[in-house]
Amino acid sequence: MTPRRKRMLAVAAIVIGVGAATAVALQAMNENIMYFYSPSQISAGEAPAGRAFRLGGLVSAGSVERTPGSIEVRFTVTDNARSIPVSYSGLLPDLFREGQGVIAHGRLDDAGVFKADEVLAKHDENYMPPEVAESLHTPTAAGGAS
Amino acid sequence: MSRYLKFLIPGVLFLILVVFFVIGLQRDPRMIPSPLIGKPAPEFALEDLSDPQRTVGTSDFAGRMYLFNVWGTWCGGCREEHEALLMIASSGVVPIVGLNWKDDRSLAQRWLRQLGNPYETVAFDPEGQVAIDWGVYGAPETFLVAADGTVLAKRIGPMTMDVWQREFLPLISGSGGAS
Amino acid sequence: MIPELGHFALILALLLSGAQAFFGLAGASRGNVAWMRAAVPAVTGQFVFLMLAFGVLAWSFVQFDFSVRYVAMTSNSLLPLFYRISAVWGGHEGSLLLWGLMLATWSVGVAAFSRSMPLPFKSRVLGVLGLVSIGFLMFMLFTSSPFERLVPAAPEGNDLNPLLQDVALALHPPMLYLGYVGFSVAFAFACATLIEGRTDVSWARWARPWTLAAWLFLTVGITLGSWWAYYELGWGGYWFWDPVENASFMPWLAGAALIHSLAVTEKRGLFKTWTLLLAVVAFSLSLLGTFLVRSGVLVSVHAFATDPARGLFILGFLIAVIGGALTLYAWRAPLLKSEAAFELASREAFLLFNNALLVAATGLILLGTLYPLFMDALNLGKISVGPPYFGVAFLIPMVPLLMLLGVGMHAAWKRTRLGHLKRPLLALAIVSAVAGLLVAAFVYGEVHYMGAVGFAVAFWVLSSTLLGVWENRGQLGKAPAGFWGMTVAHFGVGLFALGVTGVESYRIERDISLGVGETTTLQGYQFEFMGTRDVRGPNYRAIEGEVVITRDGKLVKTLHPQKRFYASGGNPMTEAGIHARLNRDLFVALGEDLGAGKWSMRVQYKPLIRYIWLGALLMALGGLVSMTDRRYRARAPATVPATGGLKGRVA
Repeated sequence: MTPRRKRMLAVAAIVIGVGAATAVALQAMNENIMYFYSPSQISAGEAPAGRAFRLGGLVSAGSVERTPGSIEVRFTVTDNARSIPVSYSGLLPDLFREGQGVIAHGRLDDAGVFKADEVLAKHDENYMPPEVAESLHTPTAAGGAS
Repeated sequence: MSRYLKFLIPGVLFLILVVFFVIGLQRDPRMIPSPLIGKPAPEFALEDLSDPQRTVGTSDFAGRMYLFNVWGTWCGGCREEHEALLMIASSGVVPIVGLNWKDDRSLAQRWLRQLGNPYETVAFDPEGQVAIDWGVYGAPETFLVAADGTVLAKRIGPMTMDVWQREFLPLISGSGGAS
Repeated sequence: MIPELGHFALILALLLSGAQAFFGLAGASRGNVAWMRAAVPAVTGQFVFLMLAFGVLAWSFVQFDFSVRYVAMTSNSLLPLFYRISAVWGGHEGSLLLWGLMLATWSVGVAAFSRSMPLPFKSRVLGVLGLVSIGFLMFMLFTSSPFERLVPAAPEGNDLNPLLQDVALALHPPMLYLGYVGFSVAFAFACATLIEGRTDVSWARWARPWTLAAWLFLTVGITLGSWWAYYELGWGGYWFWDPVENASFMPWLAGAALIHSLAVTEKRGLFKTWTLLLAVVAFSLSLLGTFLVRSGVLVSVHAFATDPARGLFILGFLIAVIGGALTLYAWRAPLLKSEAAFELASREAFLLFNNALLVAATGLILLGTLYPLFMDALNLGKISVGPPYFGVAFLIPMVPLLMLLGVGMHAAWKRTRLGHLKRPLLALAIVSAVAGLLVAAFVYGEVHYMGAVGFAVAFWVLSSTLLGVWENRGQLGKAPAGFWGMTVAHFGVGLFALGVTGVESYRIERDISLGVGETTTLQGYQFEFMGTRDVRGPNYRAIEGEVVITRDGKLVKTLHPQKRFYASGGNPMTEAGIHARLNRDLFVALGEDLGAGKWSMRVQYKPLIRYIWLGALLMALGGLVSMTDRRYRARAPATVPATGGLKGRVA
């Protein structure tokens, strides 16, 4: 083979290799895309059954329930129009609070309960819930989450 | 020809990216459409921040358009938007009603004395119940409520003059709600 | 008055960067020696004024000057001195100032250590750096000045985000920015080469130590960030494929590709235009990262406060810098021909594969990072791309890359010749494959598919690197620094692969509820919960748990995971308890009081996780060693002839 043909061969190998890699990666992407749904959209039946998605909204006040001593926790997430019950087993994030924004990853079960496998609390520096920023002016009175 | 074309590929790819960035910048990823928009504003009646004897409530604003601004002295974004609120208030287009959220009464009063008071009245909501009714995630948040009591717009995060002019003013002149 | 001094220094720095850009570029194009020489004092002056501005800001922090808005937003009177200093770059405005200062530092470095370059080329490089600097300083002055006053002054500050009150994270941004900004040097070299239409490849030799330096800082910065996330975020993860992390990882990958491709250009005069493009791309990805983080186009868990006006400004800046460079590339690159031929199994070919795979990985990560933006822009819904995608997208190019690395290291320039190494390499490949399988089966007790492959590949890279040392055992004293740099870095790659394989295939994580006196068992370790007590720190109080770990009845370690409540902000922070050993970490994070005397807890067993950071640090060390190579210091001939008698050749 001439050097030129060898070079062409190398380039062809790369193109095929990268192409195959991209195809596999895109397949993986297809499986790992998570759509975002609000409680209203879920109530309207827009969320896919049997597929993981993200649910976002507020943790309804007074909805967090836990059997004492159990790691299982149940709460409802609302957008002030509709609410969706969520169950989760695991550590909740530090910023998790009633009346606070959360995003949960998981899927809906047959009973319409959202089984979360991950719960994230929303966090933004310029825009925060009161518990995130206790009074600026009273460092002495501070020192605890309410 | 193709010799030259291939050197253009990176530039073209970059151009496509730029188009998406421009579109992306127009959108606020924090934006979660409020289910309240187009619906009647939740009613409330709370103590006045400056005078516990007085009650402030939605009934005080029946028939008037107003801005409903949720704030607290603990909130950095509120300090940031304060300047803008003062300017909006001094323009006299609409009155601003404050909701002092989960705060300390004396601290909030001192804040208004020191930084200036853009509010016509401020409702005092230490428990945060009204904020929950309004679907407030955090502070600051600002709602525009029409004369008939429906919520026209909502701003999440600090109010800026830019947002005010771009998103709020057109709605106000559109509905002829200036008082 | 002091903060105004800082603001004024910024304005002077901007004017000087304008002078630097003008005299550098115009001087070179008009052949005016006096103008070209003037670029150097402009750079120095800019550096001095930025140092001054930075010092002023630091002073305001040290002095608790809450009349400065930025100081009031990111510190408070209880913050210890060390974190008051690191708070200087703890927010948007200050980190931009740090960016600007770093850029000036690199520029001064180029001005000082570039005696071997012809004057016009050097002044063009400085001119391009000046243009970049103008953009940054304008961004700072017009949209985010750290010296803005607060009227009236705040009685007390808002505090530095407690998450950022940590030594590793205090050092993470400076390292990261040194890396990001450092790629601007390679970028400026590439632009200057394109402007001049230089057909020789000496620019590759000049640019290489700078690229190595930038890349090694970026490596250290990313490593610190990953280590911090592991022990501070309380989740025990070391990498989350978060947009902000991806923004730092993409320039790293492109930088790694650039280092290798510069070697080919320098030694063989090949891939000229490709290397130029990579130099532009590496810096472009750094800027892109900044844009993504600062503009709020993508939301991420650790994004800074975002603002569309800033986003628009950075976008304009991006278009000017990247668009300009790519236009220049499209216009000038076709003139640079590199038609030297090479064989399919030569070192050049292996480095070509290396580049293709690294760039493929970069591209796939870029695609995943921006996909939510594409979908949203096209109104196809709000989505996020899950971490498993990035895992796959990263592994697919990396496994073949590491396989090829083991051979490529030993290949010769120009022709296919592994010679007498063919047999030992084949033997090593077989031994590594068997060893990988055995380790997976007997040490970890489960032949996990990716586990066996991962271990085999890691062993292959490690042993093949050592083979290179063995091959040159008679002449190690004479081996150039470049050889040692390559060896150390590649050994680091092997350790990194070992660590990732161990953690990803064999980690055990458990969220459980434990009462006082109860135990849970993980991989032979017994974790007994002894209860909690209250403790106090300088600016926080905490609930501290006590967990005693035993194995076969013998005490291993008592861990004290904490839940901290900072005085300035009510949100608790999780401080994990970690027992680290080279072969595994034991990790306990305290959750919350579940009632009935029980606490939720996250207990983890992380095999080999230390090798991830150790490997990364070795890669950085390898970069450092390579930088000291003699040929970057002297006025060397344009193309080094095939390296003397040394058998493992230097890339």
